[in-house]
Amino acid sequence: MSETPSIPAPTPAPTPAPTPDSKDVKDAEGTRVIREIMSGNAIISVLAVLVALVIGGILIAITDPRVTAASGYFFADPGATFSAIWASVSEAYGALWRGATYDPTARTWQGQLGIFETLTFATPLILAGLAVTLAFRAGLFNIGAQGQIIMGATFAGVVGFQMHLPPVIHLLAVILAGAIGGAIWAGIAGFLKARTGAHEVIVTIMLNYIAVSFVLYLLKNQLKAPGSTNPISPQMDANAMLPLLLGPNFRVNAGLILAILAVIAVAWLLNRSTLGFEYRAIGANPKAARTAGMIVSRGYITVMLISGALAGLAGVTQIAGTEKSLDSEIAGSIGFDAITVALLGRSKPWGTFFAALLFGAFKAGGTSMAVNADVSIDIVAVVQSLIVLFIAAPPLIRSMFRIKAVRPEGAKA
Amino acid sequence: MFSLWGARMRFDTYGGILKTSLFGAFKRTATLGTVALGATALLLTGCGQAPAPAGGGSTGGTDAAANYLGCIVSDSGGFDDRSFNQSSYEGLKKTVADLGIKMKEAQSTTKADFEPNLNQMANAGCNLTFTVGFLLADATKNVATANKDLHYAIIDDSSINLPNVKPVVYDTAQAAFMAGYTAASVSKTGKVGTFGGINIPTVTIFMDGFADGVKYYNEKMGKSVQLLGWNKDTQQGVFANTFDIIQEGTKATNNLIGDGADVIMPVAGPLGTGAGDAILAANKDGKDVKLVWVDSDGVLTAPTYKSILLTSVIKTMGEAVETIVKDDMAGKFDPTPYIGTLKNGGVALAPFHDLDSSVSAETKTQLDAIKKGIIDGTITVTSKSSPK
Repeated sequence: MSETPSIPAPTPAPTPAPTPDSKDVKDAEGTRVIREIMSGNAIISVLAVLVALVIGGILIAITDPRVTAASGYFFADPGATFSAIWASVSEAYGALWRGATYDPTARTWQGQLGIFETLTFATPLILAGLAVTLAFRAGLFNIGAQGQIIMGATFAGVVGFQMHLPPVIHLLAVILAGAIGGAIWAGIAGFLKARTGAHEVIVTIMLNYIAVSFVLYLLKNQLKAPGSTNPISPQMDANAMLPLLLGPNFRVNAGLILAILAVIAVAWLLNRSTLGFEYRAIGANPKAARTAGMIVSRGYITVMLISGALAGLAGVTQIAGTEKSLDSEIAGSIGFDAITVALLGRSKPWGTFFAALLFGAFKAGGTSMAVNADVSIDIVAVVQSLIVLFIAAPPLIRSMFRIKAVRPEGAKA
Repeated sequence: MFSLWGARMRFDTYGGILKTSLFGAFKRTATLGTVALGATALLLTGCGQAPAPAGGGSTGGTDAAANYLGCIVSDSGGFDDRSFNQSSYEGLKKTVADLGIKMKEAQSTTKADFEPNLNQMANAGCNLTFTVGFLLADATKNVATANKDLHYAIIDDSSINLPNVKPVVYDTAQAAFMAGYTAASVSKTGKVGTFGGINIPTVTIFMDGFADGVKYYNEKMGKSVQLLGWNKDTQQGVFANTFDIIQEGTKATNNLIGDGADVIMPVAGPLGTGAGDAILAANKDGKDVKLVWVDSDGVLTAPTYKSILLTSVIKTMGEAVETIVKDDMAGKFDPTPYIGTLKNGGVALAPFHDLDSSVSAETKTQLDAIKKGIIDGTITVTSKSSPK
């Protein structure tokens, strides 16, 4: 999206002489690092994924007993080692690819179409990724998507299994409740940031813990399924579920449409609306935004409300899309994967969309890789973590070692 | 340095919460260990002889066995939980070695993984899939309904009533009774303790049996050993409310030790290691506290604690797994629940190993009598949570 105004990075003062106002200097430094990480270009994202996959491949090869065995006689028959490495890596990534797209080896035709599992897994990631993206653009680091998803799912769940409404209305009520739940949870952080200056990173992390404990408390008391001893809620009403898009054989549901609409809405909000312009201005330089007459504190609160609502919708697609009932693990690791997705998508709405698809594919393919190629599912987690590392490392290293900043566009890419 | 602090914060978040459980961290460490080992092996042993080209034919097992696919899906504890995931997994591995069948495995990290994992197993054409834990009940039911030609066995759950699902449950109260008796007999403070992960039947059944065992000892010997952490009548007690956060196990154990207990049985999967750490620390400070492990023989699965391990309440998952696979291969699969008892060897009290000398000969004789009594029904162990 080229219309992003490239507000010039605060020209790094040659040596930030220790001024009395050193807190501001530090703050500016922190914001700059975040902004640099978030604004790396598409090529950095693609390279990060490739390099991560290569390193993942090395790990797969090294941990494969066939490779270890063949390397035992490396000097006698080097070819055997290389063909073992090739077999091991191609088998693993082949299974990953087939599981995420189309797998002709699966027993049933439904099982062959892994692409729909990819879309199913991507759905909440798109929404939660957008939540992180939007807050990033206003200069806020929303680590709390996890808690907001949980609260969204909880609100949606209460409406979904405790109320009994007619079709359509029930689903709309569930969606609305989920958005409100997430918005409240993120709104707390936005409010504290605006009114007291409490750092949103700390507040949102702590709110994650509170959300987990809160939902566990509810699940053990008010929301526990009758007759069950486990902390799991009753199932959602059929009316409250997001309709399946391709019938009962596939899990892909209307949440995907919701997610795509959200991408379009956020893209419009950021790039075309006055509010979005305010957010970007605040994100670029809150002081300048204030000088320009914007009310920064109101910006912080509203952006967190919208961000939380998006994460809450991710909770809705979990509980009303795939999981059917509420438990304390409803958010899985989506809230944290969402941060990676937003990073990888360079905090652009459509970038986030494609990054979420990629992570959905990792998730769908990872299972297939674990089962069919006998490669630990942890490899997928390693690859995902490496992606973060490679996206985050260049600017971080520059900043830590005070290497003169080269514009990311000019450097590696 | 705000920037440094910010960066560290972010990565802490990744390491710490992304994979919430310490377990995840443990698994990754294990993977790294394997990597390091693999790399070392590459460096050190590159000079071996190339093997002669392999002559055809697989080793061992009949053709039918070679085409039989046995699969297993863990719950969120993973196959390295030193508990029932691990023992079921090892049971299947042993079956694979014994019978020459093929095997596929998938670990789940959250509830959302259950159904995708089971679907993958169905895609791969698994003849029989073991699903470990009641948490997988819903997913097992769905996938078994959609794949009527495939067989399933679910461990620790008896809620599913389908012709292609065999529940595997354990009357662990019977073996826990013996553990309770032993614990009461070695206690010097006159107090023994227990705590659970979450207040659910598969956990409290251990605590019920343990409570009965302590009570039986008191009646038999005219003593008044007290049980802390569980009240069988009210079905309330000490719970960590997690199976993931190891420190909660340490905390609960420290509280029990503080209240005077000197034999402690944690029924909380991986939290047992937290309990073990707490006891090792307390004993260093001059206490003399012992640990009772559950699910598997702790001396084998958690040898770090063997110096304090009095005994373990074992579910011998391996036996059940192998029997069910054999039956299925012979075309004799049936959905009636397998119930592990002292009688069929499905549950047992582990040997005392290193602490053998701390258990009196009299107690040992009594334990034999108790085992006989429970098997022939003259001693009754009751638990609300026992499988019917």
